[in-house]
Amino acid sequence: MGLIKYLAALPFIGILVGVPLLNRVEPLVLGLPLVLAWIVLWIILTAVIMAIIYFADPANRDAPESRP
Amino acid sequence: MNAALAIIVLTIVAALLLGLRARHGKDMNLEQWTVGGRGFGTVLVFVLMAGEIYTTFTFLGGSGFAYGHGAPAFYILSYGCLAYVLSYWLLPPIWRYARQHRLIAQPDFFARKYDSPALGVLVAVVGIVALVPYLVLQLKGLGIIVDAAAYGTISPTLAIWIGAVVVTTYVMVSGVHGSAWTAVVKDILILAVVLFLGIYLPIRYYGGYGAMFTAIQAAKPGFLVLPPQGESLTWFDSTVLLTALGFFMWPHTFGSLYTAKEERAFRRNAALLPLYQLILLFVFFVGFAAILKVPGLKGPDIDLSLLRLSIATFDPWFVGVIGAAGVLTALVPGSMILMTSATLLANTIVRTVHPQITDVTVSNLAKGLVPVIALVSVLFTVRGGSTIVALLLMGYAFVTQLFPSLLASLLPRNPVTREGAFAGICVGVATVAATSLAHTGIATLLPGLPGPLRDLNIGIVALALNVLVTGIVSALTYRRTALARHAR
Repeated sequence: MGLIKYLAALPFIGILVGVPLLNRVEPLVLGLPLVLAWIVLWIILTAVIMAIIYFADPANRDAPESRP
Repeated sequence: MNAALAIIVLTIVAALLLGLRARHGKDMNLEQWTVGGRGFGTVLVFVLMAGEIYTTFTFLGGSGFAYGHGAPAFYILSYGCLAYVLSYWLLPPIWRYARQHRLIAQPDFFARKYDSPALGVLVAVVGIVALVPYLVLQLKGLGIIVDAAAYGTISPTLAIWIGAVVVTTYVMVSGVHGSAWTAVVKDILILAVVLFLGIYLPIRYYGGYGAMFTAIQAAKPGFLVLPPQGESLTWFDSTVLLTALGFFMWPHTFGSLYTAKEERAFRRNAALLPLYQLILLFVFFVGFAAILKVPGLKGPDIDLSLLRLSIATFDPWFVGVIGAAGVLTALVPGSMILMTSATLLANTIVRTVHPQITDVTVSNLAKGLVPVIALVSVLFTVRGGSTIVALLLMGYAFVTQLFPSLLASLLPRNPVTREGAFAGICVGVATVAATSLAHTGIATLLPGLPGPLRDLNIGIVALALNVLVTGIVSALTYRRTALARHAR
Protein backbone atom coordinates (compact mmCIF):
# COMPACT_ATOMS: atom_id res chain seq x y z
CA MET A 1 0.00 0.00 0.00
CA GLY A 2 3.11 2.18 -0.18
CA LEU A 3 2.66 5.78 0.87
CA ILE A 4 -1.01 5.39 1.85
CA LYS A 5 -0.13 4.01 5.27
CA TYR A 6 1.50 7.33 6.20
CA LEU A 7 -1.98 8.86 6.21
CA ALA A 8 -2.26 7.27 9.65
CA ALA A 9 0.01 10.02 11.03
CA LEU A 10 -2.60 12.69 10.25
CA PRO A 11 -4.98 11.99 13.20
CA PHE A 12 -2.05 12.38 15.61
CA ILE A 13 -1.14 15.73 14.08
CA GLY A 14 -4.79 16.80 13.91
CA ILE A 15 -5.38 16.15 17.60
CA LEU A 16 -2.05 16.68 19.36
CA VAL A 17 -1.04 19.76 17.31
CA GLY A 18 -4.45 20.95 16.12
CA VAL A 19 -6.18 21.15 19.52
CA PRO A 20 -3.54 23.48 21.06
CA LEU A 21 -3.82 25.74 17.98
CA LEU A 22 -7.63 25.84 17.97
CA ASN A 23 -8.35 26.00 21.70
CA ARG A 24 -11.22 28.48 21.29
CA VAL A 25 -15.00 28.59 21.80
CA GLU A 26 -15.88 31.07 19.04
CA PRO A 27 -17.03 30.62 16.39
CA LEU A 28 -19.50 27.88 17.31
CA VAL A 29 -19.60 25.21 14.59
CA LEU A 30 -22.98 23.44 14.35
CA GLY A 31 -23.60 24.76 17.84
CA LEU A 32 -20.38 23.26 19.24
CA PRO A 33 -17.39 25.16 20.65
CA LEU A 34 -14.68 25.32 17.96
CA VAL A 35 -12.24 23.04 19.81
CA LEU A 36 -14.91 20.36 20.31
CA ALA A 37 -16.05 20.58 16.67
CA TRP A 38 -12.40 20.16 15.60
CA ILE A 39 -12.04 16.95 17.64
CA VAL A 40 -15.31 15.59 16.22
CA LEU A 41 -14.08 16.35 12.70
CA TRP A 42 -10.92 14.36 13.37
CA ILE A 43 -12.84 11.37 14.70
CA ILE A 44 -14.76 11.21 11.43
CA LEU A 45 -11.59 11.75 9.38
CA THR A 46 -9.83 9.00 11.34
CA ALA A 47 -12.56 6.53 10.38
CA VAL A 48 -12.29 7.61 6.74
CA ILE A 49 -8.48 7.36 6.75
CA MET A 50 -8.51 3.92 8.36
CA ALA A 51 -11.12 2.72 5.84
CA ILE A 52 -8.88 3.92 2.97
CA ILE A 53 -5.92 2.11 4.51
CA TYR A 54 -8.03 -1.01 5.03
CA PHE A 55 -9.08 -1.18 1.40
CA ALA A 56 -5.60 -0.35 0.09
CA ASP A 57 -3.93 -3.03 2.23
CA PRO A 58 -3.41 -6.23 0.22
CA ALA A 59 -3.54 -8.23 3.47
CA ASN A 60 -7.30 -7.66 3.60
CA ARG A 61 -8.06 -8.69 0.04
CA ASP A 62 -8.64 -12.46 -0.09
CA ALA A 63 -11.43 -14.10 1.89
CA PRO A 64 -9.79 -14.95 5.20
CA GLU A 65 -12.86 -16.76 6.59
CA SER A 66 -12.16 -19.62 4.18
CA ARG A 67 -8.45 -19.70 4.93
CA PRO A 68 -7.33 -22.61 7.11
CA MET B 1 -40.12 -0.59 45.75
CA ASN B 2 -40.52 2.21 43.18
CA ALA B 3 -40.73 1.75 39.40
CA ALA B 4 -37.10 2.78 38.84
CA LEU B 5 -35.71 0.21 41.24
CA ALA B 6 -38.04 -2.52 39.92
CA ILE B 7 -36.77 -2.02 36.36
CA ILE B 8 -33.16 -2.13 37.52
CA VAL B 9 -33.71 -5.33 39.51
CA LEU B 10 -35.41 -6.94 36.49
CA THR B 11 -32.43 -5.99 34.29
CA ILE B 12 -29.98 -7.57 36.71
CA VAL B 13 -32.03 -10.79 36.83
CA ALA B 14 -32.27 -10.86 33.01
CA ALA B 15 -28.49 -10.37 32.68
CA LEU B 16 -27.87 -13.28 35.06
CA LEU B 17 -30.25 -15.52 33.09
CA LEU B 18 -28.58 -14.53 29.83
CA GLY B 19 -25.23 -15.42 31.36
CA LEU B 20 -26.53 -18.83 32.45
CA ARG B 21 -27.96 -19.49 29.00
CA ALA B 22 -24.67 -18.52 27.32
CA ARG B 23 -22.91 -21.20 29.31
CA HIS B 24 -25.51 -23.83 28.56
CA GLY B 25 -24.14 -26.83 26.69
CA LYS B 26 -20.54 -25.55 26.62
CA ASP B 27 -17.61 -27.30 28.16
CA MET B 28 -16.04 -24.62 30.37
CA ASN B 29 -12.33 -25.35 30.63
CA LEU B 30 -9.95 -22.46 31.37
CA GLU B 31 -9.61 -21.54 27.69
CA GLN B 32 -13.39 -21.53 27.18
CA TRP B 33 -14.02 -19.58 30.35
CA THR B 34 -11.48 -16.87 29.58
CA VAL B 35 -10.95 -16.56 25.83
CA GLY B 36 -14.15 -18.20 24.55
CA GLY B 37 -12.23 -20.88 22.70
CA ARG B 38 -10.93 -18.20 20.25
CA GLY B 39 -14.08 -18.59 18.15
CA PHE B 40 -15.59 -15.08 18.10
CA GLY B 41 -16.17 -13.38 14.74
CA THR B 42 -15.85 -9.69 13.84
CA VAL B 43 -19.19 -8.71 15.31
CA LEU B 44 -18.66 -10.28 18.73
CA VAL B 45 -15.07 -9.04 18.99
CA PHE B 46 -16.35 -5.59 18.03
CA VAL B 47 -19.03 -5.74 20.69
CA LEU B 48 -16.67 -7.13 23.31
CA MET B 49 -14.02 -4.51 22.64
CA ALA B 50 -16.59 -1.73 22.51
CA GLY B 51 -18.24 -3.23 25.56
CA GLU B 52 -15.12 -2.80 27.58
CA ILE B 53 -14.53 0.67 26.33
CA TYR B 54 -18.03 1.99 27.01
CA THR B 55 -18.22 1.47 30.73
CA THR B 56 -19.53 3.36 33.73
CA PHE B 57 -16.49 5.47 33.09
CA THR B 58 -18.03 6.94 29.95
CA PHE B 59 -21.62 6.99 31.16
CA LEU B 60 -21.26 8.58 34.59
CA GLY B 61 -17.58 9.56 34.60
CA GLY B 62 -17.67 11.23 31.18
CA SER B 63 -20.79 13.28 31.88
CA GLY B 64 -19.53 14.09 35.37
CA PHE B 65 -16.16 15.27 34.08
CA ALA B 66 -17.81 17.50 31.48
CA TYR B 67 -20.05 18.86 34.24
CA GLY B 68 -17.26 19.49 36.75
CA HIS B 69 -14.21 20.22 34.58
CA GLY B 70 -15.54 21.36 31.17
CA ALA B 71 -13.24 21.21 28.14
CA PRO B 72 -10.58 18.90 29.68
CA ALA B 73 -13.24 16.16 29.32
CA PHE B 74 -12.62 16.33 25.56
CA TYR B 75 -9.51 14.21 26.10
CA ILE B 76 -11.88 11.23 26.52
CA LEU B 77 -13.18 11.82 23.02
CA SER B 78 -9.68 12.14 21.54
CA TYR B 79 -7.57 9.25 22.74
CA GLY B 80 -9.74 6.43 21.48
CA CYS B 81 -9.42 7.28 17.82
CA LEU B 82 -5.62 7.53 18.09
CA ALA B 83 -5.58 4.16 19.85
CA TYR B 84 -7.59 2.60 17.01
CA VAL B 85 -5.10 3.92 14.47
CA LEU B 86 -2.34 2.15 16.40
CA SER B 87 -4.48 -0.98 16.73
CA TYR B 88 -4.38 -1.59 12.97
CA TRP B 89 -0.70 -2.53 13.18
CA LEU B 90 -0.38 -3.43 16.85
CA LEU B 91 -3.11 -6.03 17.38
CA PRO B 92 -2.70 -8.51 14.48
CA PRO B 93 0.87 -9.53 15.42
CA ILE B 94 -0.12 -9.90 19.08
CA TRP B 95 -3.08 -12.08 18.08
CA ARG B 96 -0.98 -14.25 15.75
CA TYR B 97 1.63 -14.86 18.40
CA ALA B 98 -0.97 -15.61 21.09
CA ARG B 99 -2.76 -18.07 18.85
CA GLN B 100 0.42 -19.80 17.78
CA HIS B 101 1.46 -20.35 21.39
CA ARG B 102 -2.06 -20.89 22.77
CA LEU B 103 -1.69 -18.10 25.31
CA ILE B 104 -4.46 -17.46 27.85
CA ALA B 105 -3.58 -14.16 29.49
CA GLN B 106 -1.48 -11.06 28.94
CA PRO B 107 1.52 -12.03 31.12
CA ASP B 108 1.97 -15.23 29.07
CA PHE B 109 2.78 -13.00 26.12
CA PHE B 110 5.59 -11.17 27.90
CA ALA B 111 6.86 -14.33 29.60
CA ARG B 112 7.03 -16.12 26.25
CA LYS B 113 8.48 -13.25 24.19
CA TYR B 114 11.18 -12.50 26.75
CA ASP B 115 11.59 -16.13 27.81
CA SER B 116 11.20 -15.05 31.43
CA PRO B 117 8.49 -16.31 33.82
CA ALA B 118 9.61 -13.62 36.29
CA LEU B 119 8.67 -10.91 33.76
CA GLY B 120 5.29 -12.63 33.37
CA VAL B 121 4.73 -12.36 37.12
CA LEU B 122 5.71 -8.68 37.09
CA VAL B 123 3.28 -7.98 34.23
CA ALA B 124 0.54 -9.82 36.13
CA VAL B 125 1.19 -7.75 39.24
CA VAL B 126 1.12 -4.48 37.25
CA GLY B 127 -2.12 -5.65 35.63
CA ILE B 128 -3.81 -6.41 38.92
CA VAL B 129 -2.62 -3.14 40.47
CA ALA B 130 -4.10 -1.23 37.51
CA LEU B 131 -7.32 -3.23 37.46
CA VAL B 132 -8.23 -2.53 41.07
CA PRO B 133 -8.98 1.19 40.49
CA TYR B 134 -10.83 0.19 37.31
CA LEU B 135 -13.01 -2.28 39.19
CA VAL B 136 -13.48 0.21 42.01
CA LEU B 137 -14.84 2.73 39.54
CA GLN B 138 -17.36 0.23 38.12
CA LEU B 139 -18.59 -0.62 41.63
CA LYS B 140 -18.74 3.06 42.48
CA GLY B 141 -20.88 3.57 39.38
CA LEU B 142 -23.17 0.68 40.30
CA GLY B 143 -23.51 2.13 43.79
CA ILE B 144 -24.37 5.59 42.45
CA ILE B 145 -27.03 4.17 40.13
CA VAL B 146 -28.72 1.90 42.67
CA ASP B 147 -28.60 4.66 45.27
CA ALA B 148 -30.08 7.26 42.92
CA ALA B 149 -32.75 4.91 41.53
CA ALA B 150 -33.84 3.98 45.05
CA TYR B 151 -34.44 7.72 45.69
CA GLY B 152 -32.41 7.54 48.89
CA THR B 153 -34.00 4.43 50.42
CA ILE B 154 -30.79 2.37 50.02
CA SER B 155 -27.56 3.73 51.45
CA PRO B 156 -24.66 4.17 48.98
CA THR B 157 -22.55 1.65 50.89
CA LEU B 158 -25.26 -0.99 50.76
CA ALA B 159 -25.71 -0.21 47.06
CA ILE B 160 -21.99 -0.88 46.44
CA TRP B 161 -22.24 -4.21 48.26
CA ILE B 162 -25.27 -5.18 46.18
CA GLY B 163 -23.37 -4.24 43.02
CA ALA B 164 -20.35 -6.33 44.04
CA VAL B 165 -22.50 -9.39 44.77
CA VAL B 166 -24.21 -9.10 41.39
CA VAL B 167 -20.94 -8.80 39.45
CA THR B 168 -19.38 -11.70 41.36
CA THR B 169 -22.34 -14.01 40.78
CA TYR B 170 -22.42 -13.03 37.15
CA VAL B 171 -18.75 -13.86 36.54
CA MET B 172 -18.83 -17.15 38.42
CA VAL B 173 -21.88 -18.24 36.46
CA SER B 174 -20.89 -17.32 32.94
CA GLY B 175 -17.28 -16.32 32.17
CA VAL B 176 -16.57 -14.60 28.85
CA HIS B 177 -19.61 -15.98 27.01
CA GLY B 178 -21.94 -14.20 29.39
CA SER B 179 -20.01 -10.96 28.84
CA ALA B 180 -20.35 -11.19 25.09
CA TRP B 181 -24.11 -11.71 25.03
CA THR B 182 -24.92 -9.18 27.70
CA ALA B 183 -22.60 -6.78 25.88
CA VAL B 184 -24.86 -6.96 22.83
CA VAL B 185 -27.93 -6.00 24.86
CA LYS B 186 -25.98 -3.38 26.76
CA ASP B 187 -24.61 -1.68 23.66
CA ILE B 188 -28.04 -1.30 22.09
CA LEU B 189 -29.55 0.05 25.31
CA ILE B 190 -26.73 2.46 26.10
CA LEU B 191 -26.69 3.75 22.54
CA ALA B 192 -30.42 4.47 22.64
CA VAL B 193 -30.36 6.04 26.11
CA VAL B 194 -27.31 8.24 25.52
CA LEU B 195 -28.48 9.48 22.13
CA PHE B 196 -31.90 10.28 23.53
CA LEU B 197 -30.57 12.11 26.62
CA GLY B 198 -27.89 13.95 24.65
CA ILE B 199 -30.41 15.25 22.13
CA TYR B 200 -33.47 15.75 24.34
CA LEU B 201 -31.99 17.45 27.42
CA PRO B 202 -30.14 20.32 25.66
CA ILE B 203 -33.18 21.02 23.46
CA ARG B 204 -35.67 20.88 26.31
CA TYR B 205 -33.66 23.07 28.67
CA TYR B 206 -31.88 25.45 26.29
CA GLY B 207 -33.56 25.10 22.89
CA GLY B 208 -30.44 23.73 21.18
CA TYR B 209 -26.70 23.11 21.38
CA GLY B 210 -25.64 26.59 20.26
CA ALA B 211 -27.87 28.20 22.89
CA MET B 212 -26.64 25.78 25.56
CA PHE B 213 -22.95 26.46 24.92
CA THR B 214 -23.57 30.21 24.67
CA ALA B 215 -25.32 30.11 28.05
CA ILE B 216 -22.45 28.12 29.64
CA GLN B 217 -19.88 30.43 28.08
CA ALA B 218 -21.72 33.43 29.56
CA ALA B 219 -22.11 31.86 33.02
CA LYS B 220 -18.61 30.33 33.24
CA PRO B 221 -16.15 32.07 30.89
CA GLY B 222 -13.19 29.86 29.99
CA PHE B 223 -14.98 26.64 30.97
CA LEU B 224 -15.28 25.45 27.36
CA VAL B 225 -11.59 25.75 26.47
CA LEU B 226 -8.54 24.11 28.01
CA PRO B 227 -7.33 26.41 30.80
CA PRO B 228 -3.86 28.05 30.83
CA GLN B 229 -2.88 26.09 33.96
CA GLY B 230 -3.70 22.76 35.58
CA GLU B 231 -5.62 20.73 33.00
CA SER B 232 -3.89 22.77 30.32
CA LEU B 233 -2.82 22.03 26.75
CA THR B 234 0.27 20.21 28.05
CA TRP B 235 -1.96 18.12 30.29
CA PHE B 236 -4.29 17.41 27.37
CA ASP B 237 -1.57 16.28 24.95
CA SER B 238 0.29 14.18 27.51
CA THR B 239 -2.92 12.58 28.79
CA VAL B 240 -4.20 11.80 25.29
CA LEU B 241 -0.85 10.27 24.38
CA LEU B 242 -0.63 8.24 27.61
CA THR B 243 -4.14 6.84 27.31
CA ALA B 244 -3.83 6.15 23.55
CA LEU B 245 -0.66 4.11 24.13
CA GLY B 246 -2.14 2.36 27.16
CA PHE B 247 -5.50 1.62 25.53
CA PHE B 248 -4.73 -1.99 24.62
CA MET B 249 -2.36 -2.62 27.53
CA TRP B 250 -5.19 -3.38 29.95
CA PRO B 251 -5.00 -7.06 30.84
CA HIS B 252 -8.71 -7.62 30.09
CA THR B 253 -8.52 -5.81 26.72
CA PHE B 254 -5.35 -7.69 25.83
CA GLY B 255 -7.05 -10.92 26.86
CA SER B 256 -10.16 -10.20 24.79
CA LEU B 257 -7.95 -9.90 21.69
CA TYR B 258 -7.30 -13.61 22.04
CA THR B 259 -11.02 -14.31 21.59
CA ALA B 260 -10.92 -13.32 17.88
CA LYS B 261 -11.22 -15.93 15.15
CA GLU B 262 -9.26 -14.00 12.52
CA GLU B 263 -6.88 -11.05 12.51
CA ARG B 264 -8.80 -9.08 9.90
CA ALA B 265 -11.43 -8.38 12.58
CA PHE B 266 -8.98 -5.94 14.22
CA ARG B 267 -8.16 -4.08 11.02
CA ARG B 268 -11.84 -3.70 10.14
CA ASN B 269 -12.60 -2.50 13.66
CA ALA B 270 -9.85 0.13 13.35
CA ALA B 271 -12.05 1.86 10.78
CA LEU B 272 -15.39 1.24 12.54
CA LEU B 273 -14.66 1.89 16.20
CA PRO B 274 -13.60 5.56 15.88
CA LEU B 275 -17.16 6.41 14.81
CA TYR B 276 -18.44 4.63 17.87
CA GLN B 277 -16.51 7.23 19.89
CA LEU B 278 -19.06 9.82 18.82
CA ILE B 279 -21.48 8.42 21.43
CA LEU B 280 -19.26 10.17 23.94
CA LEU B 281 -20.21 13.49 22.46
CA PHE B 282 -23.79 12.93 23.57
CA VAL B 283 -22.60 11.89 27.03
CA PHE B 284 -20.83 15.26 27.26
CA PHE B 285 -23.98 17.08 26.16
CA VAL B 286 -25.80 15.59 29.16
CA GLY B 287 -23.03 16.76 31.51
CA PHE B 288 -23.06 20.23 29.98
CA ALA B 289 -26.85 20.43 30.15
CA ALA B 290 -26.65 19.65 33.87
CA ILE B 291 -24.24 22.53 34.65
CA LEU B 292 -26.86 25.24 34.87
CA LYS B 293 -29.79 22.97 35.81
CA VAL B 294 -28.46 20.96 38.76
CA PRO B 295 -25.58 23.20 39.91
CA GLY B 296 -23.51 22.78 43.03
CA LEU B 297 -22.20 19.19 42.79
CA LYS B 298 -18.56 19.24 43.93
CA GLY B 299 -15.60 16.85 44.20
CA PRO B 300 -16.51 13.18 43.71
CA ASP B 301 -20.21 14.15 43.54
CA ILE B 302 -19.81 15.42 39.96
CA ASP B 303 -20.29 11.79 38.89
CA LEU B 304 -23.93 12.11 40.01
CA SER B 305 -24.78 14.85 37.50
CA LEU B 306 -26.35 12.63 34.80
CA LEU B 307 -28.65 10.87 37.23
CA ARG B 308 -29.56 14.03 39.15
CA LEU B 309 -30.61 15.75 35.95
CA SER B 310 -32.54 12.65 34.85
CA ILE B 311 -34.41 12.48 38.15
CA ALA B 312 -35.25 16.16 37.88
CA THR B 313 -36.57 15.65 34.36
CA PHE B 314 -38.25 12.24 34.00
CA ASP B 315 -40.78 9.91 35.66
CA PRO B 316 -39.36 7.14 37.87
CA TRP B 317 -39.94 4.40 35.28
CA PHE B 318 -37.73 6.19 32.77
CA VAL B 319 -35.09 6.86 35.42
CA GLY B 320 -35.25 3.07 35.83
CA VAL B 321 -34.48 2.55 32.14
CA ILE B 322 -31.52 4.95 32.34
CA GLY B 323 -30.35 3.21 35.51
CA ALA B 324 -30.68 -0.19 33.84
CA ALA B 325 -28.44 0.95 30.97
CA GLY B 326 -25.99 2.24 33.57
CA VAL B 327 -26.06 -1.04 35.50
CA LEU B 328 -25.19 -2.97 32.34
CA THR B 329 -22.31 -0.59 31.53
CA ALA B 330 -20.86 -1.45 34.93
CA LEU B 331 -21.72 -5.16 34.87
CA VAL B 332 -20.12 -6.18 31.56
CA PRO B 333 -16.73 -4.50 32.02
CA GLY B 334 -16.82 -5.22 35.74
CA SER B 335 -17.19 -8.92 35.04
CA MET B 336 -14.37 -8.87 32.46
CA ILE B 337 -12.09 -7.09 34.92
CA LEU B 338 -12.89 -9.45 37.78
CA MET B 339 -12.40 -12.51 35.63
CA THR B 340 -9.14 -11.17 34.25
CA SER B 341 -7.70 -10.38 37.67
CA ALA B 342 -8.64 -13.83 38.97
CA THR B 343 -7.08 -15.53 35.95
CA LEU B 344 -3.94 -13.42 36.26
CA LEU B 345 -3.53 -14.38 39.88
CA ALA B 346 -4.24 -18.08 39.41
CA ASN B 347 -2.73 -18.78 36.03
CA THR B 348 0.36 -16.61 36.15
CA ILE B 349 1.41 -16.08 39.71
CA VAL B 350 0.36 -19.39 41.29
CA ARG B 351 1.43 -21.40 38.26
CA THR B 352 4.89 -19.83 38.25
CA VAL B 353 5.35 -20.83 41.88
CA HIS B 354 3.86 -24.32 41.41
CA PRO B 355 4.51 -25.29 37.77
CA GLN B 356 3.07 -28.81 38.16
CA ILE B 357 -0.44 -27.53 38.95
CA THR B 358 -3.19 -28.87 36.62
CA ASP B 359 -5.54 -26.84 34.41
CA VAL B 360 -8.55 -27.94 36.43
CA THR B 361 -6.99 -26.69 39.66
CA VAL B 362 -6.06 -23.34 38.06
CA SER B 363 -9.58 -22.96 36.72
CA ASN B 364 -11.15 -23.70 40.11
CA LEU B 365 -8.66 -21.45 41.87
CA ALA B 366 -9.47 -18.61 39.45
CA LYS B 367 -13.18 -18.96 40.19
CA GLY B 368 -12.48 -19.09 43.91
CA LEU B 369 -10.47 -15.87 43.72
CA VAL B 370 -13.30 -13.92 42.09
CA PRO B 371 -15.16 -13.13 45.35
CA VAL B 372 -11.88 -12.35 47.11
CA ILE B 373 -10.91 -9.71 44.56
CA ALA B 374 -14.44 -8.31 44.59
CA LEU B 375 -14.24 -7.98 48.36
CA VAL B 376 -10.92 -6.11 48.25
CA SER B 377 -12.35 -3.73 45.65
CA VAL B 378 -15.47 -3.08 47.72
CA LEU B 379 -13.29 -2.09 50.66
CA PHE B 380 -11.41 0.39 48.45
CA THR B 381 -14.69 1.70 46.99
CA VAL B 382 -16.29 2.30 50.35
CA ARG B 383 -13.23 4.29 51.47
CA GLY B 384 -13.67 6.30 48.25
CA GLY B 385 -13.00 9.96 47.65
CA SER B 386 -11.81 10.05 44.03
CA THR B 387 -13.82 10.83 40.93
CA ILE B 388 -14.32 8.10 38.34
CA VAL B 389 -12.00 9.81 35.86
CA ALA B 390 -9.22 10.20 38.43
CA LEU B 391 -9.42 6.46 39.17
CA LEU B 392 -9.19 5.51 35.51
CA LEU B 393 -6.27 7.85 34.85
CA MET B 394 -4.37 6.24 37.72
CA GLY B 395 -4.97 2.80 36.21
CA TYR B 396 -3.82 4.07 32.81
CA ALA B 397 -0.60 5.48 34.26
CA PHE B 398 0.16 1.95 35.51
CA VAL B 399 -0.72 -0.16 32.46
CA THR B 400 0.93 2.13 29.93
CA GLN B 401 4.28 1.23 31.51
CA LEU B 402 3.97 -2.12 29.69
CA PHE B 403 3.87 -0.45 26.28
CA PRO B 404 7.60 0.07 25.55
CA SER B 405 8.61 -3.54 26.14
CA LEU B 406 5.54 -4.83 24.28
CA LEU B 407 6.32 -2.68 21.25
CA ALA B 408 9.98 -3.72 21.29
CA SER B 409 9.01 -7.39 21.46
CA LEU B 410 7.08 -7.06 18.18
CA LEU B 411 10.16 -5.85 16.28
CA PRO B 412 11.97 -8.38 14.09
CA ARG B 413 15.09 -8.04 16.28
CA ASN B 414 14.07 -7.04 19.78
CA PRO B 415 16.64 -4.54 21.13
CA VAL B 416 15.24 -4.83 24.67
CA THR B 417 16.51 -7.56 26.97
CA ARG B 418 14.48 -9.18 29.71
CA GLU B 419 16.53 -7.33 32.31
CA GLY B 420 15.87 -4.06 30.48
CA ALA B 421 12.12 -4.71 30.27
CA PHE B 422 11.98 -5.71 33.94
CA ALA B 423 13.92 -2.65 35.16
CA GLY B 424 11.99 -0.23 32.93
CA ILE B 425 8.56 -1.45 34.02
CA CYS B 426 9.62 -1.37 37.69
CA VAL B 427 10.89 2.22 37.46
CA GLY B 428 7.77 3.40 35.59
CA VAL B 429 5.34 1.76 37.98
CA ALA B 430 7.28 2.90 41.05
CA THR B 431 7.18 6.50 39.80
CA VAL B 432 3.40 6.37 39.35
CA ALA B 433 2.85 4.59 42.67
CA ALA B 434 5.03 7.04 44.60
CA THR B 435 3.28 10.11 43.21
CA SER B 436 -0.23 8.61 43.53
CA LEU B 437 0.32 7.59 47.14
CA ALA B 438 1.83 10.94 48.05
CA HIS B 439 -0.93 12.77 46.07
CA THR B 440 1.67 14.94 44.36
CA GLY B 441 2.33 15.87 40.77
CA ILE B 442 5.29 17.12 38.78
CA ALA B 443 4.65 20.69 39.93
CA THR B 444 5.39 19.81 43.57
CA LEU B 445 8.28 17.45 42.81
CA LEU B 446 10.14 19.75 40.46
CA PRO B 447 9.02 23.31 41.21
CA GLY B 448 11.78 24.73 39.01
CA LEU B 449 10.27 23.40 35.79
CA PRO B 450 9.06 25.94 33.23
CA GLY B 451 5.28 26.57 33.41
CA PRO B 452 3.80 24.36 30.69
CA LEU B 453 5.89 21.29 31.58
CA ARG B 454 4.51 21.27 35.12
CA ASP B 455 1.12 20.12 33.85
CA LEU B 456 2.49 16.97 32.18
CA ASN B 457 0.55 13.85 33.11
CA ILE B 458 2.66 11.96 35.64
CA GLY B 459 2.14 8.75 33.65
CA ILE B 460 4.00 10.25 30.68
CA VAL B 461 6.90 11.32 32.88
CA ALA B 462 7.02 7.79 34.31
CA LEU B 463 6.92 6.43 30.77
CA ALA B 464 9.90 8.56 29.75
CA LEU B 465 11.89 7.32 32.77
CA ASN B 466 10.79 3.78 31.91
CA VAL B 467 12.09 4.07 28.33
CA LEU B 468 15.35 5.59 29.53
CA VAL B 469 16.00 2.82 32.08
CA THR B 470 14.90 0.10 29.63
CA GLY B 471 17.39 1.47 27.10
CA ILE B 472 20.32 1.73 29.51
CA VAL B 473 19.82 -1.69 31.14
CA SER B 474 19.25 -3.34 27.75
CA ALA B 475 22.45 -1.82 26.38
CA LEU B 476 24.36 -3.14 29.40
CA THR B 477 22.91 -6.67 29.16
CA TYR B 478 22.39 -7.03 25.41
CA ARG B 479 25.75 -8.67 24.61
CA ARG B 480 25.28 -11.33 27.24
CA THR B 481 21.72 -12.09 26.10
CA ALA B 482 22.80 -12.24 22.47
CA LEU B 483 25.63 -14.64 23.35
CA ALA B 484 23.26 -16.84 25.35
CA ARG B 485 20.83 -16.87 22.45
CA HIS B 486 23.64 -17.76 20.07
CA ALA B 487 24.85 -20.58 22.30
CA ARG B 488 21.36 -22.08 22.24
